[in-house]
Amino acid sequence: MSVSPAPSPSPVASAPIAWRMPRIRLEGLPLFPIGILLVLVFAAVFADLIAPYNPEIGSLSQRFRPPVWSVGGSGEHLLGTDHIGRDVLSRLIFGARVSMVVGFMAVVFAGVVGTGLGILSGYLGGWVDQVIMRVTDTWLALPALTFAIFLAAIVGPSEFNIVIILGGVYWTRYARVVRGEVLSLKERDFVRLAIVAGCSKWKIMRQHLLPNVLNTAIVLATLMLGVVIVSEAALSFLGVGVPPPKPAWGLMLADGKKGLMAGYWWLTVFPGVCIVMMVLAANLLGDWLRVKLDPQLRQL
Amino acid sequence: MRRFVLRRVGYAVVSLFLLSVTIFLFVRVTGDPTVLLVEPGASQADLDALRHDLGLDRSLVVQYGTFVKGLVRGDFGKSFYYRTPVLELYLSRLPNSLLLAIAAMGFSLLIGIPSGIMAAVRVGGWWDSAGKLFALLGLSMPSFWVGLLLILFFSVYLGWLPSSGSGTVLHVLMPAFALGWYFAAAHMRLTRSSMLEVLGSEYVKLARLKGLPEIRVIAKHAFKNALIPVLTLAGINLVLMVNVAVVVETVFAWPGIGRLLYEGIAFRDFPVVQATVLLAGSMIVIVNLVVDLLYAVIDPRIRYER
Amino acid sequence: MATTTAPLLELDKLSAHYVTARGTRVVRAVDEVSLTLRPGETLGVVGESGSGKTTLALTILRLLPPAARIVSGSMRFGGEDLLAKSTTEMRKIRGKRIAMILQDPMASLNPLFTVGDQIAEGVRVHEGATRRSAWQRAGGLLKAVKIPAATQRLGEYPHQMSGGMRQRIVGAIAISCEPQLLIADEPTTSLDVTIQAQYLKLLRDIQRERGLALIFITHNLGIVARMCDSVAVMYAGRVIESGPVRRIFNAPAHPYTQALIESIPRMDGSLERLTAIDGQPPDLATLPRGCSFQVRCPRVVDRCREEAPPVFDIGAGHTARCWVAKP
Repeated sequence: MSVSPAPSPSPVASAPIAWRMPRIRLEGLPLFPIGILLVLVFAAVFADLIAPYNPEIGSLSQRFRPPVWSVGGSGEHLLGTDHIGRDVLSRLIFGARVSMVVGFMAVVFAGVVGTGLGILSGYLGGWVDQVIMRVTDTWLALPALTFAIFLAAIVGPSEFNIVIILGGVYWTRYARVVRGEVLSLKERDFVRLAIVAGCSKWKIMRQHLLPNVLNTAIVLATLMLGVVIVSEAALSFLGVGVPPPKPAWGLMLADGKKGLMAGYWWLTVFPGVCIVMMVLAANLLGDWLRVKLDPQLRQL
Repeated sequence: MRRFVLRRVGYAVVSLFLLSVTIFLFVRVTGDPTVLLVEPGASQADLDALRHDLGLDRSLVVQYGTFVKGLVRGDFGKSFYYRTPVLELYLSRLPNSLLLAIAAMGFSLLIGIPSGIMAAVRVGGWWDSAGKLFALLGLSMPSFWVGLLLILFFSVYLGWLPSSGSGTVLHVLMPAFALGWYFAAAHMRLTRSSMLEVLGSEYVKLARLKGLPEIRVIAKHAFKNALIPVLTLAGINLVLMVNVAVVVETVFAWPGIGRLLYEGIAFRDFPVVQATVLLAGSMIVIVNLVVDLLYAVIDPRIRYER
Repeated sequence: MATTTAPLLELDKLSAHYVTARGTRVVRAVDEVSLTLRPGETLGVVGESGSGKTTLALTILRLLPPAARIVSGSMRFGGEDLLAKSTTEMRKIRGKRIAMILQDPMASLNPLFTVGDQIAEGVRVHEGATRRSAWQRAGGLLKAVKIPAATQRLGEYPHQMSGGMRQRIVGAIAISCEPQLLIADEPTTSLDVTIQAQYLKLLRDIQRERGLALIFITHNLGIVARMCDSVAVMYAGRVIESGPVRRIFNAPAHPYTQALIESIPRMDGSLERLTAIDGQPPDLATLPRGCSFQVRCPRVVDRCREEAPPVFDIGAGHTARCWVAKP
């Protein structure tokens, strides 16, 4: 009489990947986070069209202009300009692109590697499990930011490198969780049936285990998105993230610090608000997904 | 008991080994390490000498051996910028980071625990909703941004607090707040859920059946039990705090190991970077080991597990 | 058991319902329950899981969860109207005049406080006793529940003791302030069979010594036969039969009670099959119209499906809620 979510179909033969679309009822769809994410995606995709200025070029005669509603501001630069005269609004819009791209790609990369290794480790057991787990534990012991900085110092900052670095740092979270799930899934009847029927290990992992851990992986991904974005911002702020003159929100904060003591608040407040909005949306969405897809995942 | 200790220590040693291997490999494998490990502006002769010193002409295993031997002797390299052994630098800065972390932890518990308790006791009410909002914001706002805003407000506009450096209580306030903010939200969340669980337990039910006043039920019976997981998390977070303070320390120019790391990358002082990472990881492994051993001393049930 | 003694506890058509936040589901956990208990008497409350026995106990103590409400009926204890009591007044009654023992002794005791502390607590709160005198009293109570090396035990923690001992400690807590009524909710269910008999004897002794009235909630008819003076059988939140123990066992009137008694395995040699009652207890949120036992009743007639039977008096204190009651 227990109410565990039914696993995807399993009997023996070679069904194609049978992942049923998770039954998400549309009531209670979290409009707020989805709305924000849509706005951000829109900005990222159509940045070239909607941004009023080129984000990387500024005119020195227009340095440190405050937003339009402040004294000294003008309608030309709605949210003001930075220390080189670049338009803040345009940089924010293009920054959305950078954050989204880096964020999503890093999360996907970490997810793929982490889930894969988690399944291998959980299902195969033995020395494979031991090795992967020891490495995971060790890398988990290293604080993510410190590790990322270290890697960035070695390979040098670039957008691509950041994705690889962040992915390389955060896959461990996936591996741990997925392994746990696989360990419990391993004992379930549908896996045992498959073994009895002679399915190869790879087949079992691919067709039976993978679809079932996908839910967890997705929820984890949305939660990780927030973390990754903040990490990227931190790395950029410290100078080892996305390199200038590309507009990244973290970089804008670093530049903004230069004008902080002089009271040029808009250079600090606006990029930060964007970061918070994005992380908030990711967190809210993750929470909602977690409840919808599987209440048992609350421990995440 | 002895077996447990040996096993745990064994794990720790393996972790430390893996840590050093990881660091070592990353440095060696991603191109020419001499470029990293030599001062900017060195001559070709210097490069060659270094290459020989590092034994780059020998096998990787031998190189690793030399590397580890150095570590064990306490030689973590020398800072280009400061011209002193990095270990010395690190140890001199560590107390500052600890201070900051303790202040931040205190702040986070001071805010997190009471609000978590209020949210649980008045579950579904105003406090609970406010608490949820606070938790959400806390977990979404990057700590360094909070720090920047604080500077804007308290240093630039109000002029009450100094924006950088250390030395007085006033200097600690803002960095501790910025660093502790995120953790306050995390602690509040955990306190709330732990408290809710405890309030639904049988012994709390019995306490009410005994006719005890509700305040006593909460303050005496529920509180202590609910606190256990929170303090455990706090302990883990303390070590984490010391290390993730990089950005906050940079924002406030707080002279801790986080800022040391920043200086390392800003000045291209690679030995500092390498050593900081190594030491950070080692510190966490060792602290985890000590905590595990302590737990086993306190709770006999743990010793015989697994 | 003089019939002229004033009853200690009187429940009259008491109903307690759970309502969901949106008001859509109503669970009639306790429905029109009427009971009478005299001082020193032992009443057994019998039923399957979900029949409302525990909710009844919590209702008497007015410790229902926020989602539940007492919707109708009355409760009188020692002549006083319990429903009219304020929170503070109820609090003074709990633990002091009415005490309760829960099922799982390990879960009932707070793992972080000593046994002595937990026993002494009630005395300190209700009687304002000092630490020392309460502690001494606790020692005496441990002796009363037959725990050896009492003074040493006072300083120990719950996890250091066996299940049987813990349940005795819970018993000591219950009697610490000399209550008039003790409610025991399945106190022996989580104890080893070998210890159950000892514990029951202990309860009986304590009861006799102190003249306690006892409400014994259980699903075990054997215990009822040994311990109780009268029985109330509950089904789906209602008392469907009640009366003196002998009469109920010798001549049960309600089909459910009859089935329950028949399902007790007999050790007298006859190799009949074990009879179980078909079906499952109903979902309290969707009770059928009429008698709630209709689906499983071997003697059901049309009237049972239309109208819920009222309480019928079958004589000599024996009552049953059944259209076809036949003792």
